[in-house]
Amino acid sequence: MTGFWSGRERPLAAVPAWIALLLALALAGQVFSQFARRVGAPSAAELPHAPSARALRLASLGEPAALARLAMIWLQAFDSGGANTVPYQQLDYPRVVAWLRAILATDPRSGYPLFAAARVYAENADPAKARLVCEFIFEEFAADPNRRWPALAHAALLAKHRLHDLPLARRYAAAIGRLATDESIPLWARQMEIFILEDMNELDAAKVMLGGLLATGRIRDPEEQRFLQRRLDELESRLKGANRR
Amino acid sequence: MKDLPRFPSIIVAGYTLVEALRSGLPWLAAASVVAALGLSGFLSQVAITEATALQASVCGALLRACAVFLIAAHVVASTAREANDKGLELALALPISRPAYYIGKLLGFACAGTLLATLFALPLLLWSKPADLAAWWISLAAETVLVAAAALFFASALTQMVAAMAATAGLYLLGRSIAAIQAIAGGPLAADSLPGEAARWAVDAIALLLPRLDLVTRGEWLLYGAPTASELFLSLSGLGLYLALLAMAGLFDFSRRNL
Repeated sequence: MTGFWSGRERPLAAVPAWIALLLALALAGQVFSQFARRVGAPSAAELPHAPSARALRLASLGEPAALARLAMIWLQAFDSGGANTVPYQQLDYPRVVAWLRAILATDPRSGYPLFAAARVYAENADPAKARLVCEFIFEEFAADPNRRWPALAHAALLAKHRLHDLPLARRYAAAIGRLATDESIPLWARQMEIFILEDMNELDAAKVMLGGLLATGRIRDPEEQRFLQRRLDELESRLKGANRR
Repeated sequence: MKDLPRFPSIIVAGYTLVEALRSGLPWLAAASVVAALGLSGFLSQVAITEATALQASVCGALLRACAVFLIAAHVVASTAREANDKGLELALALPISRPAYYIGKLLGFACAGTLLATLFALPLLLWSKPADLAAWWISLAAETVLVAAAALFFASALTQMVAAMAATAGLYLLGRSIAAIQAIAGGPLAADSLPGEAARWAVDAIALLLPRLDLVTRGEWLLYGAPTASELFLSLSGLGLYLALLAMAGLFDFSRRNL
């Protein structure tokens, strides 16, 4: 029996020089052409309409957990780079929300869609877009309050400090207090309405929230910790800049 | 004259396994593991949350697909080569019955598939609990054995490599997606007309002839925990039943074929 790596080939010298030369040229041409037309992140306009959750489940071939996370990685690439100074501003938000909804329905136990909704898409400077995402988080929260409350808690903070809509923030906070009943949920979250009514600025509130999430072991993923810490630093520097002005 | 071997199937299985180990299969399996680890590592770098879950689920899904493809391709190529080299005629000229030979081949390919599943389960220990991974590993082993049986049946019955690969892939993909297809066909938005009803009946009829591969080796088990022992047993017994069906169909075809 012949082994897989056993030498059945003639020596390299047996190859005519012109064939080797053309092979090298073709390889160089391929590398050069691909280098010349490198593609960046897709633009906002390229985001297609969201499929139904059923279609996504069909496409997952029985691996919804993997597909849901891959779809999130793919979705977050839209409008994230290129000539953008501020990412995610140009996106068609009803379309984004439809994608998030379909991905969440594909794997309802994944925290990725709501985390991205709260921490990435809801932080849009356009109040109408931010409001749309906050409402999406609120709608999805009720399906699994004990797992999804951190996203709604962040939406409540955004509603208070960015949208300056205290009734909306209180509505979200009250929903957490009413529906998130698990013992492991920190007290400040269960009493979110009081927390919202306290005279606390956005940075202090965000620090309390992040500290609480870390202390209760809710955030175990190192990437998530790094991302939230970066967001906190950005918030701090932005508020410092605003105070100086 | 020497005594006839008592268990000719075991001898055939041994040679089939040796052939798999000496082919490119181990190298391709190692390359698949490296590629899956590399891709999942890259994806975890762009994730903003659930990086570990992303790595486990993507790596698991990729390795599952690789295991199935590699074992199917190996079985089809090996069976086709044996037929082309007239090795089958030579083997059947020996004192060995056709069923014993077919069962031996199936056993050998099943062992190769189980080894492949074991190799592919090991890297997932990086992210998953051993108890959850054990269920996934057993399930993947059963799945690769089923695919090996399907590939052997189609390669033996159809005799052409492309047709056998296409048939195996079709059976496998339908097995993994038939539940979703049935859900779509029976959804509230589906048309209530006669053609719509006929389509639903057709889908349900096809589903009766397929294994429920969507219920086994789920990436979710690696993230959210393995199913209960009874659920796992129920899913695997479904595969076992289908394996028996494929083995019997293969034996039936192989016994009546003129070489």
